[in-house]
Amino acid sequence: MIAFLIKRIANAMLVMLAVAFFAFMIFRFVGDPVEMMLNEQATQAERADLRAKLGLEDGFLVQFGRFVTNAAQGDFGISYRNQQEVIGLIAERFPATFELVIVATIISLAVGIPLGVVTAIRRGAWYSEALQFLSIIGVSLPSFVVGIVLILVFSVTLGLFPAFGRGETVQIGWWSTGLLTELGRAAILLPAVSLSLFQITLVMRLVRAEMLEVLRADFIKFARARGVPARIVHFRHALRNCLMPVVTMTAMQIGNLIAFALITETVFQWPGMGLLFIQAVTFVDIPVMAAYLCIVSFIFVALNTMVDIAYAVIDPRLRGANG
Amino acid sequence: MAALRYALLAGVMSAALASAAAAETFRWGSSRDIGSLDPYSYGDSFTINVMNHVYEGLVRYDRNLAIEPALATSWEVLSPTVWRFRLREGVSFHNGNPFTADDVIASLKRVSHADSPLKGNLPAYKAATRVDDFTVDVELNGAYPLLLNDLTNIHIFDAEWLAQHNAEVPTDIAKGIEGFATFNANGTGPFKVESRQPDAKTVFVVNPGWWDTPQHNLTRIEFTPVSSAATRVAALLSGEIDFTEDAPVQDLPRLAAAPNVKVLERTDLRTIFLMMNRRDELAEGGKNPLNDLRVRQAMQKAIDLELLRDRVMRGKSRAAGMIIAPEIPGYDAELDKLTPYDLDGAKALLAEAGYPDGFAFVFNCMSDGYVNEEQLCQAIASMWARIGIEPKLDIAPRPVQTPKRTGAKADVWTLGWATLPMLDSYSPLIQIIHSRDGNAGVFNWGDWSYPEIDALVQKASVELDRDKRLAMQTEALRIVGEEVIAIPLHQQPMSWAASAEVDEIPQFPDNKPRLWFVKK
Amino acid sequence: MTDTPVCPARPATPSRLARLRDSDLWWSFTSHPTAVGAAVLLGLMMLAALLAPLIAPQNPYDLAALELWNAELPPVWVEGGQWPYVLGTDLQGRDVLSAMLYGSRISIVIGIASVIVSLAVGLSLGLVAGYFGGIVDNVLMRIGDVLLSIPTILIAILVSAVAREMLPPGLREAGAAAVLVLAISLTAWVQYARTVRAQTMVERNKEYVQAARLIRVPARRIMLRHILPNTMTPILVAATLNFGLAILIEATLSFLGVGMPPTEPSLGTLIRIGNQYLFSGLWWIVLFPALHLCLLVVAVNLLGDWLRDALNPKLR
Repeated sequence: MIAFLIKRIANAMLVMLAVAFFAFMIFRFVGDPVEMMLNEQATQAERADLRAKLGLEDGFLVQFGRFVTNAAQGDFGISYRNQQEVIGLIAERFPATFELVIVATIISLAVGIPLGVVTAIRRGAWYSEALQFLSIIGVSLPSFVVGIVLILVFSVTLGLFPAFGRGETVQIGWWSTGLLTELGRAAILLPAVSLSLFQITLVMRLVRAEMLEVLRADFIKFARARGVPARIVHFRHALRNCLMPVVTMTAMQIGNLIAFALITETVFQWPGMGLLFIQAVTFVDIPVMAAYLCIVSFIFVALNTMVDIAYAVIDPRLRGANG
Repeated sequence: MAALRYALLAGVMSAALASAAAAETFRWGSSRDIGSLDPYSYGDSFTINVMNHVYEGLVRYDRNLAIEPALATSWEVLSPTVWRFRLREGVSFHNGNPFTADDVIASLKRVSHADSPLKGNLPAYKAATRVDDFTVDVELNGAYPLLLNDLTNIHIFDAEWLAQHNAEVPTDIAKGIEGFATFNANGTGPFKVESRQPDAKTVFVVNPGWWDTPQHNLTRIEFTPVSSAATRVAALLSGEIDFTEDAPVQDLPRLAAAPNVKVLERTDLRTIFLMMNRRDELAEGGKNPLNDLRVRQAMQKAIDLELLRDRVMRGKSRAAGMIIAPEIPGYDAELDKLTPYDLDGAKALLAEAGYPDGFAFVFNCMSDGYVNEEQLCQAIASMWARIGIEPKLDIAPRPVQTPKRTGAKADVWTLGWATLPMLDSYSPLIQIIHSRDGNAGVFNWGDWSYPEIDALVQKASVELDRDKRLAMQTEALRIVGEEVIAIPLHQQPMSWAASAEVDEIPQFPDNKPRLWFVKK
Repeated sequence: MTDTPVCPARPATPSRLARLRDSDLWWSFTSHPTAVGAAVLLGLMMLAALLAPLIAPQNPYDLAALELWNAELPPVWVEGGQWPYVLGTDLQGRDVLSAMLYGSRISIVIGIASVIVSLAVGLSLGLVAGYFGGIVDNVLMRIGDVLLSIPTILIAILVSAVAREMLPPGLREAGAAAVLVLAISLTAWVQYARTVRAQTMVERNKEYVQAARLIRVPARRIMLRHILPNTMTPILVAATLNFGLAILIEATLSFLGVGMPPTEPSLGTLIRIGNQYLFSGLWWIVLFPALHLCLLVVAVNLLGDWLRDALNPKLR
């Protein structure tokens, strides 16, 4: 078990090192930070001076080594644009993205699980077929189109929800939350729905598939034969057995949702990490781009590793199988 | 019917929001964020404009853009190179410190420091000396007629506060330290900074101890950058913001029709023109046809300025024949004649110059630059395509495009110039048209050189007689037009939109919101 | 409808069409109205895109053909609309229908190209990794792990933004589509490679492969002729779904401004531009391209979904 743990964690660290290299490689060749930081009127000498100060003249490996050492300590340097520590900027934006992703996840589970159950136990009924069909449309609609439509209908035409931003937020320590105020809750709804749409269909399809599998199992047949009412069979016996994969997938999808949130955040001008990233891309704010890539990948890798380890704890057979 | 329902909903909505927040809170949805709370750390006029609510200069522009006393009450010119300023007494900074001569000296030192991105905004400054607590002498490099204009934008910091927080020199981000003044502010202005979250929200609250009598009734300004134009419009319509300084021109009819929004528009002082690469080779190699006057004339004739105004700018711009607006000293209506649109003439000129089949070149535009710039560039590109030349459009955000423009990777590019804060035609002449030489010709990215113009500009720079100086500048501008050094397009429209609840919000031709004049 | 060959034992190989018509797949297809509908819709849209130069009223890329006077015309059934601008014009006087046809052409071409590129890369690397194993396998799969440990959309945005920035301005428009294909394929190949690799490792040890090896059939031949065909079913499903995904990613990148340039707009670019005019009353600029994009992806995904069910015996 210890060996497996070490192996799995070493693997994750290797992946993170590769991500850091990727981040560093890409960002070293884009744009010119010097142009970004200096006044348009700066002379050539001033430019050269700044290049030297930023360490842009050092060797490639030296720069990469410095990057990794600092990144590991959470130091991604100073944002060229905001002149603030990048890690601070991201920490400031993290709660917004996190709340959005969590609310979207809750919505996707709350809607996706019942739909999945219904389409599985009423397989063949017209509404199950219709839901199946709708779910395909759900995965097909580009999330930015969904966002635009939601704004157009619910903000502009009906005036029910805000069109942008987080509404009112409350500061609790370093965490800023919009969930404690009415305006904040109204503001999170549209973006969370738009972000959850894809996830709803994933949950629904997974629950359906798992339910169909479980319903064929012998213990369900026995329960039915014993005369246990259908509702109890479906929800107490069958659904409970499907929840593990759903929880796993939800955990693993959080990393993806954080990345996908950048589209939602752009459409709704939601002040989270994704919007920060897109703005950084626009303004060639290299330290912010690098930090975002590393942090999102870290969350992604960390979740995957934890799920793997959790599985290995539950099912020892998986420890040897390492693809 | 739909309009009525909308009006009702909008009314309910804004009533609900109004009761939630204090009536005097002014929510400003801007098109972009300020770069920093430190107006000296970032060479950007929008940042300076917003921070002017917190920091003030020795002098300021009044409602008519005439210079009036602010932190200085009077001044005299002791000799052509020494000015003496009497300072206002009884003014205190937001932290309670009194305002004195030391603050002025520390601020001038800070803004003209070698690391300051704003040192070019006060080019004539040499030194400042304290005469007494409320008198300062400012020494200049040479005679300079536009000192007061420059000083309107030089904000005064508290010397003690700067020293206390180790912020006496502007932030040098290359050193990897956050500047204290980047996140904290302490001015003398009508508003104080309450909080700031970059790109998300900056809150200003009224300064009850302001030395001047407030002409506004605001208690709080919530400054929220909303970069998407469509979102800004939606937020205005639904009553989530009270004001934007950048309402998209194409949405003005709809905004004007909405009962809860009013639109303020006029033409900006900013003139948009096209500048050209004048090196021997084009950006992608090959002989540069743009050095042939006939080619430049052909390109100018191929642009239908009136069509651009009517369609792309929706009739809101003012087509221009000169690179400065009529309000700018040095303007001459004689020179401001539009070049008539003449397709055949343009083709003939091209053929005469030896390019009957045209040539390809890089046309560099910004996606976040001037009003409707993407549209404008695409329309011009298609007009040029009609005379057989092949513009390759390169559109990207400003920070991406600027290095290409300065680094000879563009052949034609857009440039807008409002002559701010100088408000004089000397500004584009020295900064853009003059040959590249030290502090002159900083925006001469195409590397052109007209010794005749340089001589005129040099002479104007030391001429203290206003009329003589302006005559020289006008003459230089005449050559600019004759040689087609730039192709003027228009003075762009400036469109603000505000909630109907805002009673008074004066609009200025320099496109600078001055919220200390706002009543809600 | 069933058209069984007369002598199934020794036909001069029945025509492909006849074989297809006889298959389970065809039967499943014809009995699924949604699949048929999706296929017809997709076929029509692909055909329209293919024939765009013939059927579009205007060439939207020809700058000299754009007439600013005709800008912002509404669709013909709305007051002020003008023939031949059936769906109206945009702010440059570009015909929306033509822009849409050409735009969907770009979207489809980029979708197909990225599926082909990622298939080519994924299949060959998967085969090589599975067949040879060892260090080659290890390195390839680690690269795959790394790529999959960064969310796809993030990689695509980064690659697209970076690559375009590094191209000289003259090549930027011409190169934009290629850059997008690269950005999308960069992560998409991993899925194919993993599938093929797993299958290859199974097949490698089967007797027929061992036998082929004994008689010294070249490795390349074994991989291509014997192993590859056995992996085709899951690959086909994945490829169809990835085609839809590629179109979506392309549209998203273009919407975010790191995809196709406005001078050569794809559907995503058209929506990005149109979105700026959402409140100006110019609804047709954004509505039609958005609808077209949605229909396109829905059709592909419906087809892919049906294919997955049809090829998966468990669900039948």
